[in-house]
Amino acid sequence: MSGPSSYVPKLGIAKWLDARLPLPRLMYDSFVAYPVPRNLNYFWTFGGILMLMLVSQILTGVILAMHYTPHATLAFTSVEGIMRDVEYGWLMRYMHANGASMFFIAVYIHIFRGLYYGSYKAPREVLWILGVIIFLLMMATAFMGYVLPWGQMSFWGATVITNLFSAFPIVGETIVTFLWGGYSVDNPTLTRFFSLHFLLPFMIFGVVILHVWALHVTGQNNPTGVEVKAVAKDTIPFTPYATIKDAFALVLFFAFFAYFLFFIPNYLGHADNYIPANPAVTPAHIVPEWYFLPFYAILRAVPDKLGGVLLMFAAIAVLVVLPWLDTSKVRSMSYRPLARQCFWAFAVTCVMLGWLGSRPAEGIYVTLSQLFTALYFAYFLIALPLLGLFETPKKLPGSIAESVLGKMKGGSGAVVGAAAPAEPNTKG
Amino acid sequence: MAEAKSSPASEPTRRDMLFLATGAMGAAGVVALAVPFVRTLAPNAQTIAAGAPIEVDLTPIPEGQGIKLFWRGKLIFVRSRTKAEIEEAQKVNLASLPDPQADSARVKPGKENWLVIYGSCTHLGCIPGGSAAGEVRGDYNGWFCPCHGSHYDTSGRIRKGPAPANLPVPPYAFLSDTKIRIG
Amino acid sequence: MTLFRTSLAAFAAIMIGAFSAASLSPAHAAGGGTKPPAHDWSFDGPFGTFDRAQLQRGYKVYREVCSACHGMSLMRFRNLSQKGGPEFTEAQVRALAADFKISDGPNEQGEMFERPGRPSDGFPKPFPNEQAARAANGGAYPLDLSVIAKARNYERGFPLFLLDIITQYQEGGPDYVKALLTGYEDPPKGVELLPGQNWNKYMAGNIIGMPNMLNDGQVEYPKGPDGKSPVPETAKQYAADVVAFLMWSAEPHMEQRKSIGRQVFIFLLLFAGLLYFTKKRIWSRLPEHAPGAAH
Repeated sequence: MSGPSSYVPKLGIAKWLDARLPLPRLMYDSFVAYPVPRNLNYFWTFGGILMLMLVSQILTGVILAMHYTPHATLAFTSVEGIMRDVEYGWLMRYMHANGASMFFIAVYIHIFRGLYYGSYKAPREVLWILGVIIFLLMMATAFMGYVLPWGQMSFWGATVITNLFSAFPIVGETIVTFLWGGYSVDNPTLTRFFSLHFLLPFMIFGVVILHVWALHVTGQNNPTGVEVKAVAKDTIPFTPYATIKDAFALVLFFAFFAYFLFFIPNYLGHADNYIPANPAVTPAHIVPEWYFLPFYAILRAVPDKLGGVLLMFAAIAVLVVLPWLDTSKVRSMSYRPLARQCFWAFAVTCVMLGWLGSRPAEGIYVTLSQLFTALYFAYFLIALPLLGLFETPKKLPGSIAESVLGKMKGGSGAVVGAAAPAEPNTKG
Repeated sequence: MAEAKSSPASEPTRRDMLFLATGAMGAAGVVALAVPFVRTLAPNAQTIAAGAPIEVDLTPIPEGQGIKLFWRGKLIFVRSRTKAEIEEAQKVNLASLPDPQADSARVKPGKENWLVIYGSCTHLGCIPGGSAAGEVRGDYNGWFCPCHGSHYDTSGRIRKGPAPANLPVPPYAFLSDTKIRIG
Repeated sequence: MTLFRTSLAAFAAIMIGAFSAASLSPAHAAGGGTKPPAHDWSFDGPFGTFDRAQLQRGYKVYREVCSACHGMSLMRFRNLSQKGGPEFTEAQVRALAADFKISDGPNEQGEMFERPGRPSDGFPKPFPNEQAARAANGGAYPLDLSVIAKARNYERGFPLFLLDIITQYQEGGPDYVKALLTGYEDPPKGVELLPGQNWNKYMAGNIIGMPNMLNDGQVEYPKGPDGKSPVPETAKQYAADVVAFLMWSAEPHMEQRKSIGRQVFIFLLLFAGLLYFTKKRIWSRLPEHAPGAAH
């Protein structure tokens, strides 16, 4: 897809560097000349948004780490010190805490876009699996970050989640003890979580580079799911077209982010985390952050401890094998009427699981959790494998260019293409 | 790709106000965003509050001896000077000093026996000895920095060695004959 | 196809049913407390600010009533003069701080001594440790109030919790604490309270260790020009004032946050507008967009 490089260094120093370390060439080929399908919609801007969110989290995180004290007796006070005494400390902390939520909102949109348009299918399986790894690392990072303020939810969240590993036979207890660094969640747990919370984002960054690399090898999928056939007709250069579109979407997303950050900064959090950790009292309802709720619901749907844990891990593991579960030759669900309905049912299922995760695990909620857990897995294990065999897809467009230009009133693409340069573009 | 290259008219022109305005607004946004990040590096409110003036009782300091104390994390020497030390400090020919400054400019009038100075060498920040009894006071009977051999006199002025300037005097005032406030 | 339509409809039915089941039983979920009524706070909404006079009165209520048992370990006297708070003058803060005896030391003799408070001192603790606090309060531990207004909330239920995003309702904590302070009642018939227990309508489980502490006329407020306090000296008013003070102490930079937020939000919307037109301009160079782009 990415053909021979079209980078031509102009300045002497650029030529000198290009012969020794062709970094500008790499950047140029990846972010300027890189051909993107011309029919991408706004769901394709979330990759760029996620990149910026990762940078934002790392920047605010580094600042916060300068003022934070990872010690069980001082963590809560030091976080409040950031909120009160550090200049713009409140901004850094709220940006980081809400930024985590925004990161997950963006990543869920990004994942569901991939599910809908079949971006996981050949030849993009490795790209997809790298994405699942990023998602796992994000979950680990977010979880450990939530522990750091050492409030009640931090402490009890850490206790419950680390105890998940005790479900494994024989090695379980040892794993948990090694996670804790003691016989319960305590100061050693906090310090190692701080250390790992600092490390993991850079590992995410590394996998993101692989993710982008894999993307640039296969090229982007697009709303039709039809591969690029003729680069000249089907694609446009990344800069300026995709760049400006990404920038527009990014600023809109940041406006959404700013709304939460400045006006309802505690909406997505939980009041109990403003109570310092108390190992003697568990809050009446302990719930994880919203982005973990669907998985939490799956965990609690099974009355068996080990079963619940395995099922929760399976809920993510199933994404890894998804490229081979979906048997359809057609990528985009725009051309798969039945699969599309299943997709939306699946989306509703995830929302319902999220809601059920926030409910106490009793009565009707358990039954509903079991129902929706079954539906969650049915989508991957029953619907997608079978639909590919029985479904009759709609007719696909011949090419990306055809899908875009076909929508235009009158005239073929060629005629219009000839007319365009004549239009002067100098007036403001 | 083909279209973008085929015509120079489709390149963004410098005169295009829309592009200019967008670019300027983006640049302004990035700069504005950088401000709070940089500001977090400033001393925080608790540090500033802890840097409030402090009061020092001079009664326990015997004549000819000094004490060391910290204000805003910086070391300060307070020395009770003997008559001989004061005279020594006053009679120096100012022209012969690397950093000429009269002794009277370094003490409070009428309280010449009290010298209050910052205690870190103006060369590279080591702590000169000479405050406590028994420490080496150098060739000029004041302070001697062991790191690179700077000698300070009884007024805390640099006399010999690599240090470029005298030990500075912090802001302070006498509240009574035996009490000062630093800051 | 119809099969899937039907299943979608079934989904919808389940969703609606489950959500309404949840919203009908919020009191149960909260553990027995009644939902607190919403108070009209000066600090709610995107333009909300603290009422200086109210915060100053609130500090007086805290000082005279609450501080006997409840500490505020994160507060310093200097906070009382900072921007966006009660904004006492620095001289007033020095006087307020000097009201307290602060333990300091050790001195040259190695002994601890007491001195008048300074603006950089923290609010003094009412008890030296938790054990002493429990011993003095019949086993109950009076909580630290520094961030209590953010550490309390109540279940909003569907669809209110979604509407709260738009209405920017963030005052669940203050509403709850205010209701609690004035929510004391006689226990219902048949409920026997043990010594040290009190009945409160809004407390989860209704049993609370703290007795009713606010009574009409108990705290004297500063007089206006006509020789009377500008606000009524009632328990209700005391509760509102002290809760406003607690909200400020929980979120001391709220005013700065909202004012910067308004600027940032407007900036981002304008910038997004400009980017939209820039994007349109750039994309108009593409052949399939050119015919429609009339400029």
